[in-house]
Amino acid sequence: MDLTVLLVKGLIILVIFGITLLIATYSTYAERKVAAFLQDRLGPNRAGPFGLLQPIADAGKMFFKEDFIPAQASKWLFILGPCLAMLTALMSSAVIPFGDSIRLAWDGTNYDIPMQAIEINIGVLYIFGVVSLGVYGIMVGGWASNNKFSLLGAIRAASQNISYEIALGLSLIAILMMTGSLSLRAIVNEQATFFEWNVFTQPLGFIIFLTCAFAECNRTPFDLPECETELVGGYHTEYSSMKLGFYLFAEYINMFVSSAFISSLYFGGYHYPFMNAVHDGLTGSLGEIAGHNIATAIGTVVFFAKIFFFIFFFMWVRWTIPRFRYDQLMNLGWKSLIPLSILNVVVTGAGLLYDIKYTTWLIVVVMVVLALTSNARAPKSQAAPQRA
Amino acid sequence: MNTSYLPSDYLPVLIQLLLALGFIVTTMIVTHSVGPKRKSQKKDDPFECGIPVQGDARTPISIKYFLIAILFVLFDVEVIFLYPWAVNFKGLGLTGFIEMILFMGLLLAGFYYVIRKGVLKWE
Repeated sequence: MDLTVLLVKGLIILVIFGITLLIATYSTYAERKVAAFLQDRLGPNRAGPFGLLQPIADAGKMFFKEDFIPAQASKWLFILGPCLAMLTALMSSAVIPFGDSIRLAWDGTNYDIPMQAIEINIGVLYIFGVVSLGVYGIMVGGWASNNKFSLLGAIRAASQNISYEIALGLSLIAILMMTGSLSLRAIVNEQATFFEWNVFTQPLGFIIFLTCAFAECNRTPFDLPECETELVGGYHTEYSSMKLGFYLFAEYINMFVSSAFISSLYFGGYHYPFMNAVHDGLTGSLGEIAGHNIATAIGTVVFFAKIFFFIFFFMWVRWTIPRFRYDQLMNLGWKSLIPLSILNVVVTGAGLLYDIKYTTWLIVVVMVVLALTSNARAPKSQAAPQRA
Repeated sequence: MNTSYLPSDYLPVLIQLLLALGFIVTTMIVTHSVGPKRKSQKKDDPFECGIPVQGDARTPISIKYFLIAILFVLFDVEVIFLYPWAVNFKGLGLTGFIEMILFMGLLLAGFYYVIRKGVLKWE
């Protein structure tokens, strides 16, 4: 790899880094606006037009607050906690393919530069590695605070994250079996036609993955590590200034990365229906290079639209569904999601042996039937109360 | 898309790491130096909803959390075993599928034992 390529890569990394931070910043604004909309309020509307400068005001406020370290805390671990949380959040955006490729003509040859910071063949493994390190940030911070609420929050977070990580990993395996590659770009390219999007071939896997993504991001209904009604602030009770900001910011970056990950794994990434026709039309009318680049740009816009939809979905769920109880959370993770995802792998595998891709719909149909008849099958004494 | 990867293809990971580290260290130094600093005995205590602090936070906690962590190690190793198998699934065919079913069956037997033993029961 020569220096020019490395420089271009560095530039792409810088741009994606900036976009990640920008989206995370404005997710806080979006979250408050969505919450306000769902609760019939106005939301932030003082700083700038429509309150658009609110995130910047918030960041400024965080910088000028006292950087407080409790006397009994382990000082360096206390500082390390939020740094680790932020570092793992920032590292994970690297392998997501944001678009097809930019085509540049140089000395008569065409160079295709993929719209992806780091194009490696183990993208999925990389994200898993980085995401599983994320729990250290919360664990270290909560333990170092030397506060009972923080410690409880940290232990809950660790327990919850590792439990849901198993189901997360297992639900992905079905996709890997169909694609035969760990590269995110290969997985995206596999979903070129609309009805081969993994959400149609892997409906159960998608639901499991989505649930686990919520749990991994510590978002409602799985936000037990920081649940205000029991634990004050959870693992960040003792934090202030930008250290607290890092924890909150890391959560929004994780949300963005999860949304991007879900879009590229299950919703075809930068693909959209009739994409090839649009690409051919553009290259036909505008020429090889300009047409290709514009087609790439449209794909990227579509990809971001999908990401924004999922970020909105995260918020929508947060302001709709109440929090789980801890035993319910653990039972859902261990006794429902893990067996289901193993079943999903087996059924997908059995189908793939005969080249049938849509076998997991069988499980979905069976589950829906079971759910609909569950009231009739229950013993009379334990039957669910009838709604009036 | 290229099909063979050299160690140098992973260099951008380092760039990303340095960028992230730079951002974090700068922010930390700035926020540490611009904020006010006022110390007092009460303020330095751990927050406990206003009542006097009772002992140290680092007391023994429920064994359940530890058991979950141990179980996680077992199951995560299983997941990691499944990854290379899943990637090569089409090449391995029926034989590989049956072998993996056996492996998962053994593991699920252990999982059943764990559930019956009540390890995952939260009161």
